Amino acid sequence: MKNLLSIEEVDRGAIEAILDRAESFAEVGRRDIKKVPTLRGRTVVTLFYESSTRTSSSFELAAKRLSADLVSVKAAGSSVDKGESLKDTVATLSAYDPAAIVIRHPYAGAAQMVAAWTPAAVVNAGDGKHEHPSQALLDVYTLRRRLGSLEGRKIWIVGDVLHSRVARSNLIAFRRMGAEVTLCGPPTLIPRGIEELGCRVTHSLDGLEEADVVYALRMQLERMNDKLVPSLREYAANFQIDTRRLGPRQLLMHPGPVNRGVEISGEAIDSPQSLIGEQVAAGLVVRMAILYELLAGGPERPSAIGEGAAQSSAPVIGQPA
Amino acid sequence: MLDLRAGRPADLVLRRATLLDPVAGIDGVHDLVIRGGRIAELAAPGEADAADAEELDAEGLHAFPAFFDPHVHLRTPGQEHKEDVETGTRAAAAGGFCGIIAMANTSPPIDTAADISALCEQARTQASIPVGFTATVTVGMKGEELTEMVELRDAGAIGFTDDGLPIASARIMRRALQYQRLCGGQIALHEQDPELSAGGVMHEGPVSAALGLGGWPSVAESTMIARDCALAAYEEARIHVQHLSAAESVEIVRAAKAAGVQISAEASPHHLCLTDEEVRSLDPGRFKMNPPLRREADRQALIAGLRDGTIECIATDHAPHHTDEKEVPFEQAAFGVTGLETAFAALHTELVMPGVIDLALLVERLAGGAAPFDVPRPTLAPGSEANVALCDLAAAWTVGEDGYESRSSNSWCEGRTLTGRVLVTVAAGQVAFRLRSFSLGVAA
Repeated sequence: MKNLLSIEEVDRGAIEAILDRAESFAEVGRRDIKKVPTLRGRTVVTLFYESSTRTSSSFELAAKRLSADLVSVKAAGSSVDKGESLKDTVATLSAYDPAAIVIRHPYAGAAQMVAAWTPAAVVNAGDGKHEHPSQALLDVYTLRRRLGSLEGRKIWIVGDVLHSRVARSNLIAFRRMGAEVTLCGPPTLIPRGIEELGCRVTHSLDGLEEADVVYALRMQLERMNDKLVPSLREYAANFQIDTRRLGPRQLLMHPGPVNRGVEISGEAIDSPQSLIGEQVAAGLVVRMAILYELLAGGPERPSAIGEGAAQSSAPVIGQPA
Repeated sequence: MLDLRAGRPADLVLRRATLLDPVAGIDGVHDLVIRGGRIAELAAPGEADAADAEELDAEGLHAFPAFFDPHVHLRTPGQEHKEDVETGTRAAAAGGFCGIIAMANTSPPIDTAADISALCEQARTQASIPVGFTATVTVGMKGEELTEMVELRDAGAIGFTDDGLPIASARIMRRALQYQRLCGGQIALHEQDPELSAGGVMHEGPVSAALGLGGWPSVAESTMIARDCALAAYEEARIHVQHLSAAESVEIVRAAKAAGVQISAEASPHHLCLTDEEVRSLDPGRFKMNPPLRREADRQALIAGLRDGTIECIATDHAPHHTDEKEVPFEQAAFGVTGLETAFAALHTELVMPGVIDLALLVERLAGGAAPFDVPRPTLAPGSEANVALCDLAAAWTVGEDGYESRSSNSWCEGRTLTGRVLVTVAAGQVAFRLRSFSLGVAA
């Protein structure tokens, strides 16, 4: 794998390989010294054109845990503010000879374009409303740990599918791992024709009890130029996941950040079925696994983690501040 | 109403050319004789007297009435880094066209008599084939008030269009149709409900859903066409509907024609050859245009419309853009692709060779854009002005390999290998184009 641009292009075997790798990083994470020297001397650039807490911090920490040098560029406050094009920004950053560029961009296909302009491995950390493959991988990882396998499981993705790259990537990944996916939300927030991706579409929470997993999406108020639902109150009345609607054996997920009291009630977020905290933790190890897979990985070097672990007590030179 | 740079009238004999002009009923091998820029004679093969004329060995080559494109963006004034009269007409001549209609959505838009006069003057010094210039329907293309349509016509405007934008207001649309009784001239319409298509960058359907791109639904086109058919019927006005893209639109135009509405319609080569599946590549250079590529059923409906005459002409909607506006993510990129240099070859390759439509139908529709703008249809009939496209139907070529005559390279055919190539174009009696690599062997 040269790049991670979309989950669409990652087959089930490759997904499992990344998750297995993430498991071994989880083991590293339980040690006192959580760093491995795998990417020592190599450079990872994160280039974020949109705000992010979870994705940017976990990719940055993942790069540091792998001992890479890290350059973090945020569009706000960079030359992007001065009108520099994506192509020129990528050319500039490529001059540092990075091993990987992790990019988030507000428009679909940006990561793919960047991949054509740089020799570095490119990781799509979210491109517009298109894809968010690392989120899909960490969600599958989280569920695999809880459920063992996704085969035959019923997963409902509820809410603002229209604006959600997470919904698209997760739908593809969940199905690829054998789950049955239902998309649920008001008709104005479900894109026309999405059932051709191989999912069921419903506009009511009736029947939610069949779900093994309820995946609530954030109402993306910042992307809604148009009033697509009459009010958040009405949305919540019909689609909010609360403890009344969520059965005791159902798992609850959310990509964050949550609009508490809109798509999920506060009690549901804090309930024992909620995997939201585990998703964040999974983000770190899965993103380590992604960087590892692209930069050091492949089945030909299976012992690298072990070696790294063995060396991890040695002083690491050149680690970023 | 059309202007071009005056040149030497051609004296040319195309020896043993296979002639095809379905409208004039010409179909067979002849020596095509052009004298003083007019079709002098269709002589028996090898029999024409070629004294004082250039002779081309056209054995195995096809000669058609040259094509007419009612929908071209020449980008001047204001965006000459994309195209101008000289490069645009050169690209058209290379595609076998003997006439084009230029759109008025320049920067600033063409909305005064002075603009039109200046462009006609420019064409008389720069255009290698005849060009007709449209003016906008509304001042500044703002959709709020009519331009001085009578004065614009007197200055040489061949017709009117706000192409690039719809005329959103039904009130303004109706007023333009009323005023047409006074000023004459075709009114060409870009049909797109701005409310229904807001935020759309591709066809709304399974592919836009999968890519997370904003959808521009078919109904945003068809409802506007339905509105304007009703208005045209009510005002007994004449309209030309540009770049049909959706099956629903074809159906509405068909019904309007049957009901006697004075309406003509065009479809573009890219809508006839491609579907929105191409957008999965997220390549805006080749696949982002307005209206967008739609589903296979829509493409089939356009082909059916082309066959039964609901769509009387093919129009390229040649829309040159600079690389800087296309080397950006899909949603940010400019709408539009170039098409003049590839229209015939692409349609020959994609529709004629697989047997979807006949060569004769293609030839007829490629010249069908003249009549809606009151321009005489190009023909091979003896006595008429020479407008001839000489083509090699067997020549395979890779688009873009040798660059483009157009100043821009955002061709939807970039990198494709097409079969069928224009070798020589005679436009308004003058040789407007010769393919550089075409060796002009003198016939024995």
